[in-house]
Amino acid sequence: MTNDVLVFGEIRNGELKKVTKELIGAARLITEGTGGNVDAILIGKDAGSAAEQISDFGLRTITVAGDGILDNYSTEGYAKVFSEVVKAGSPAYVLLGATAMGRDLGPRVTARVDGVMFSDCVDLRFEEGRCVVKRPVYSGKLFIEIAPEGEWTTFISIRPNNLPPAGPSGGAAEIVQRPAGVTAESIRAIATEIIALSGGRPDITEAEIIIAGGRAIKGASNFRIINELADLLGGAVGASRAAVDAGYADQAIQVGQTGKVVNPKLYIACGISGAIQHLAGMRTSRVIVAINKDPNAPIFEKSNFGIVGDLFEVVPMLTGEIKTML
Amino acid sequence: MKILVLLKRVPDTEARILINQEGTGINEQGVKFVINTYDEYGIEQGLRIREQVGGDSKVTVVCMGPGEATELIRTALAMGADDAVHICDPALGKPDPFTSAIILAKAITDEGFDIIFCGKQAIDDDMAQVQSILAEMLDIPQVNVVAVFELSDDGTKATVRRRIEGGDEKVEARLPAIFSCEKGLNEPRYASLPGIMKAKKKEIRTKTLADLGFGEVPGGTRSRVLKWLPLPKGAECRMVEAEEMKDAVAELARLLREEAKVI
Repeated sequence: MTNDVLVFGEIRNGELKKVTKELIGAARLITEGTGGNVDAILIGKDAGSAAEQISDFGLRTITVAGDGILDNYSTEGYAKVFSEVVKAGSPAYVLLGATAMGRDLGPRVTARVDGVMFSDCVDLRFEEGRCVVKRPVYSGKLFIEIAPEGEWTTFISIRPNNLPPAGPSGGAAEIVQRPAGVTAESIRAIATEIIALSGGRPDITEAEIIIAGGRAIKGASNFRIINELADLLGGAVGASRAAVDAGYADQAIQVGQTGKVVNPKLYIACGISGAIQHLAGMRTSRVIVAINKDPNAPIFEKSNFGIVGDLFEVVPMLTGEIKTML
Repeated sequence: MKILVLLKRVPDTEARILINQEGTGINEQGVKFVINTYDEYGIEQGLRIREQVGGDSKVTVVCMGPGEATELIRTALAMGADDAVHICDPALGKPDPFTSAIILAKAITDEGFDIIFCGKQAIDDDMAQVQSILAEMLDIPQVNVVAVFELSDDGTKATVRRRIEGGDEKVEARLPAIFSCEKGLNEPRYASLPGIMKAKKKEIRTKTLADLGFGEVPGGTRSRVLKWLPLPKGAECRMVEAEEMKDAVAELARLLREEAKVI
C-alpha cells in the first residue's frame, strides 16, 4: 500500500459537485501526515471538462473515465473502473462524498478491493500514523471516533458542507484517460433517467439555508409561506416527520432520523416542536432558529434564536422584513 | 419466486440514546428495540411481490441478531412472511459491515433467492454498507434507496426509482438483485390478529456461526472505535421578544444578518 489518497470526484449536470473540493481539502490534510500524493478519479459524461476545474489543485493525476457506456450511472460500470484504479494505485485512503452516488458506490468498491469503509463522516484528522474520523451514529444522536485497524485500504465518505473546500494550489495534474472496460451486457442495473423533484430548489442535503415546516402548518397548501421565505433566501424547504406523515409534505424533504440529515448554515424551524428524531437530523446546523407558539417546545433548547409566536403571523412577517434588507 | 427480506433489530427512533458508563457503547437499559424502520418497507415490498407473482412464491426473513430479535422476527411473520432464518451466536457481538455481509452471504446462498429487500440503512450504526457489500459477494446488482418499485410481468427485471439529491433516478435492474428501501416506498401493513396467531406456528430456523460453516467470526478486524461522544451542548437560545411581534421579527432578521451573518 502507498501513502497516497485517491479522491472520487462527482459530476452532476456537467458540473463538479462542491463536495469534491471539500474532499480534496481532506485529502491534503491526510497527505500532510502520510507524505503521499493526492490523485483524483472522475467518471462519466463531462469527466474531461470537470477535470479542468481541478487541474491546478495540486493533484498528481486525474483519471478520467468518460466512455459513453458511463454516461448513465450504474453501480457496476462505475465500480469496475473505480476499483481497477484503486487496485493499480494502491492508495491508503479513498475519499468520496456521502452522496447518493458515494453511498451506493463506496461500499461496493470497498468490498471489491477488500478494504474498510467509514460512511457519512463529518470530520477527520491524522494522528499516530492513521486517519481518525468522526461520524454520527444512531442517526445523529451520538458521534463516534473510529479508525482503521491494520493494513486495509480505507474508504471514507464525507458529508457535504462539513469541511472547508480546497482552492487551487498550482501545479498541473496529469490527465490520464482510462477506458471503461465494461460491456453493456455486463451491466445488470443502470440508471435510465433522472426525474427532478424539488421544483428548482436546492436539495436539503446540500442547501445552505433550510426553512422547515412542522405539524403546525396544518395543510399542504400552507407550505406556500415556507416556500416564499425559502425562495427569497435561495434555500430549500424541509418538513418534520409529523408534517410528512400528515400528508402536508413529500417524504423527499423530510428532515430527521427517518428522513434526511441536514447541515445548513441556517435552519429555520417553523411550527416544529423538536422531537428527538427530528433534532437528530438537523442539530448540527450552524444557526438554528425556532418559531413556535409553545414556549416550552423542546426545539428552543437546541436553537440559537427563538420567537414564541404563530408561524402564520411570524413567517410572512420575516419574509417581508428580509425583503427590505436584501 | 423466492423473496428474502433482511431485518435488523435497532433502538426505536423515539428512544433517547445515551453512552454507557464505560464509554464503550450505548446504554441499552430501558431502550425499546424495534424492527429497523427501513426494513419494514422491505418486508411490505416482499409481501406485495409475493401477492403479485403468486404461485409458490415465498417470503423468508433473514435476521442476524441476539436472541431478543426473535420477537421482532415473529412480528414480520405476523405481517405475513412465510418463515425465517435467525443467525444468532454469542460470538457475534456487534459485527461490522464486512462481517455481517460475509455471514449473511453464506446464509442467503444456502437459502437461495430471486430477489432481496432490505432497508437503506440500519438506524443504529448508519453505515448503509451491508447490502452493497453483500451484492458484491453474491455477484448481483444492487439498487439503493428505492422509493418506487415495479416488477416486470415476466418477473425477470424491476423498474425502480431511487432517491438522489433533488430527485429520483430511474433504474432498470435485472433479477436476481438486492434492493434497499427508502421510506415512502409503501405503507407497511400491521400484523392482524389471525396473522399473529399463525406466526406462532411458522418456522424460525436458528443458525449459529458453526451451522453456517464458520469456525470463528469471519471478516477480520478492520476498524476500532476509539471514542463515543455525546452531542455538543447547543448554544443558549436567545429568545427574541418585543411588545409588538413586528419588532421582534425585525430584530430577528437583523440578528441573522448582522450578528450571525447567515443571510
